[in-house]
Amino acid sequence: MNQVRFNHLLGLEGLSQEAITEILDSAEVFLEVLKRPIPSVPSLRGVTVANLFFEPSTRTKISFELAEKRVSADVANFAASGSSMTKGETMLDTARNIEAMKVDVVVIRHFAQGAPHFLAERINASVINAGDGSHEHPTQGLLDLLTLRHQVGQLDGLKVLILGDIAHSRVARSDIWGLKTMGAEVKLCGPATLIPRDVDLMGVDVTFDIVEGLSWCDVVIVLRLQMERQREGLIPSMREYLRTFGLTRLRLEQAGGEKIIMHPGPMNRGVEIDSDVADGPGSVILRQVTHGVAVRMAVLYLISGGERGIE
Amino acid sequence: MNETLSPIKPPSGWEYHSTEKLALRGGRLFDPSAELDEQTDLIIEKGVILSIGAIPDGWNGEVVDVSGCLVCPGFFDMHVHFREPGFEHKETIRTGCTAAAVGGFTGVAPMPNTNPAIDNPGMVRFQQEQALGLPVDLFPIAAITTGRKGATLTEIGELRDVGVKVFSDDGSPLVSSEMMRHALEYTRMFNLVISEHCEDMSLTKGGVMHEGSVATRLGLPGMPSIGEEIPVERNIQLAEFTGGRLHIAHISTAKSLDLIRRAKDRGINITAEVTPHHLTLDCSLLEGYNADYKVNPPLRTVEDVEALIEGLADGTIDAIATDHAPHAPDEKEVEFISAPFGMIGLETAVGVVHTRLVSTGKLSLSRMVAAFSTAPRAIMGLHEVNLKVGQAANITLFNPDEKWMVDREQMLSKAKNTPFHGWKLTGRTRGVVNRGMAWIRK
Repeated sequence: MNQVRFNHLLGLEGLSQEAITEILDSAEVFLEVLKRPIPSVPSLRGVTVANLFFEPSTRTKISFELAEKRVSADVANFAASGSSMTKGETMLDTARNIEAMKVDVVVIRHFAQGAPHFLAERINASVINAGDGSHEHPTQGLLDLLTLRHQVGQLDGLKVLILGDIAHSRVARSDIWGLKTMGAEVKLCGPATLIPRDVDLMGVDVTFDIVEGLSWCDVVIVLRLQMERQREGLIPSMREYLRTFGLTRLRLEQAGGEKIIMHPGPMNRGVEIDSDVADGPGSVILRQVTHGVAVRMAVLYLISGGERGIE
Repeated sequence: MNETLSPIKPPSGWEYHSTEKLALRGGRLFDPSAELDEQTDLIIEKGVILSIGAIPDGWNGEVVDVSGCLVCPGFFDMHVHFREPGFEHKETIRTGCTAAAVGGFTGVAPMPNTNPAIDNPGMVRFQQEQALGLPVDLFPIAAITTGRKGATLTEIGELRDVGVKVFSDDGSPLVSSEMMRHALEYTRMFNLVISEHCEDMSLTKGGVMHEGSVATRLGLPGMPSIGEEIPVERNIQLAEFTGGRLHIAHISTAKSLDLIRRAKDRGINITAEVTPHHLTLDCSLLEGYNADYKVNPPLRTVEDVEALIEGLADGTIDAIATDHAPHAPDEKEVEFISAPFGMIGLETAVGVVHTRLVSTGKLSLSRMVAAFSTAPRAIMGLHEVNLKVGQAANITLFNPDEKWMVDREQMLSKAKNTPFHGWKLTGRTRGVVNRGMAWIRK
């Protein structure tokens, strides 16, 4: 059934529209599976998946584990801590160990940009990037696309505002590539200190005026603001951030009403988003979480060959 | 310098020749500084150039056929890192000098960022002794400040007495403008040179590559061009104010070049160097997160590369220096952000520059030879080296037509971190003559 060959999923940059469509179409089938009384299928029976999380993560890790179990893969969790930076095992040794243990698929979350690429070049197993530093988080990008496709049907021509700390966001990069490839328009909004240089060359516009951005868009993806940005001198204070770039009910009203509201989580309520918006009528934040499991099932299924069929 | 050790054997594939009585036959003698370009023979006796011209009948010395090769004044690399003492697993002075000789360099100036730093005469002598028996002159660069900490000047006068010509705190550039002022004033008394790695660390902090669209896509923290250009301009101003001798190490941006050009036009006595990698590689190569391309200053844009080539061709940039920076494979083969900066360059420099700049017509052969030989020696205030009868034989033999492929496994450096692995090059070193010995590739 699958037309496109997936060896690894390292990022959405460069992934074709056909490939993304195929993942989303498969994810639709898995969404149906998830609604059944026994929400699992034997698609990956006999396939061993290792979860390698070098960085604390709760929801992405749980989402991957659930997805792996629901496609009947054998799952091994590596409590990976440390790196060559902290005198632990080096990435190279990690790669060699994985290779020696004959794992089929590796899901890796790492604080270092490019760590999944490093692994993919050195092991035979397929590598799925579960977030690498401030580079990409492709399954988050895919679940955002799936959520939007569900919500509005058509991604082509959709206007999406990504709001917040673009510079340090792997979600922003994956969303930009995925959305652009699927024909959506993307605008970025955030403090100038958190908008990376020459980002317009990714094919996006930038605005520093949140009301202008909100008036323009159909969808807002709100990004988490890390507290350390204030310590690093990139923003004056959390209070000012909320006042200047926080997504509030008042701002939405100034911009002409309801939008689809997304957030990759975990949210800082009262910093980048107000509770009445996060829990309001436009919010699809919890649907994103559900879609995350289905998208990851689809990626695991396609990456391990999809030979057995979904059922 | 007295030779106290017997000559060290060259690596396999190379032959050692004494220069008691040695003739180089049939080469193209090429020395822009002596306005020499002639195909003829050159005879060396007791390490000194005895004659230029056809080998006379009945001459009974050793003859090496070097037809097809350029016979040039010995090449000099004024910016290398040899890691000894302190990091001998990366490189030693012996392995570094061997790599230098094989790459065509008869002289090198290692930076003082060893452990401990080269900041006193004893350390300088230690380094000098490690190079004895090799056909490579070693001129240690000493630290400007004790321990390269930026606080107190080293004993510059004493260091001069043991042969130091250039001072640098290398990768720990002087933060304090006042300290830079004093360093330029103090070295000026002795006609010594400050070589400065221009980097404003407050702007480049945490950065791992050139800041711009590629870094933005890769999600990597950037090092902006102004992180180099601001200290370039500050140091030019201080050089003008003090009259000190400033040399700007490894410039990497078009704007740095422009600042240097304008300063030279104003008559300020500054010089500059550029590396082969900044002349040939740009930041788009970092796309695959390959740490072999991670270097400081970072690889910049194609526009910067083109400007630097022009600046080298028109003489704004005086010299080519490799910034040879060896690291062990297990240090480089880690996540990109954790890998150390640096690439090796001694064994590829001449071939890369010849292939990419001279063969393509962007740089004249005479500019290349000058930038590799007479220019760095002049910057450092070393004695002149040229192909004249009566001069000590200090020669690089270079075959401009030989085709070869760079293979990191074949390198003589202890380190393998080259970005040029697999490159097909035209032009290769055939040998070096210096300190009474010749190493010539079979």
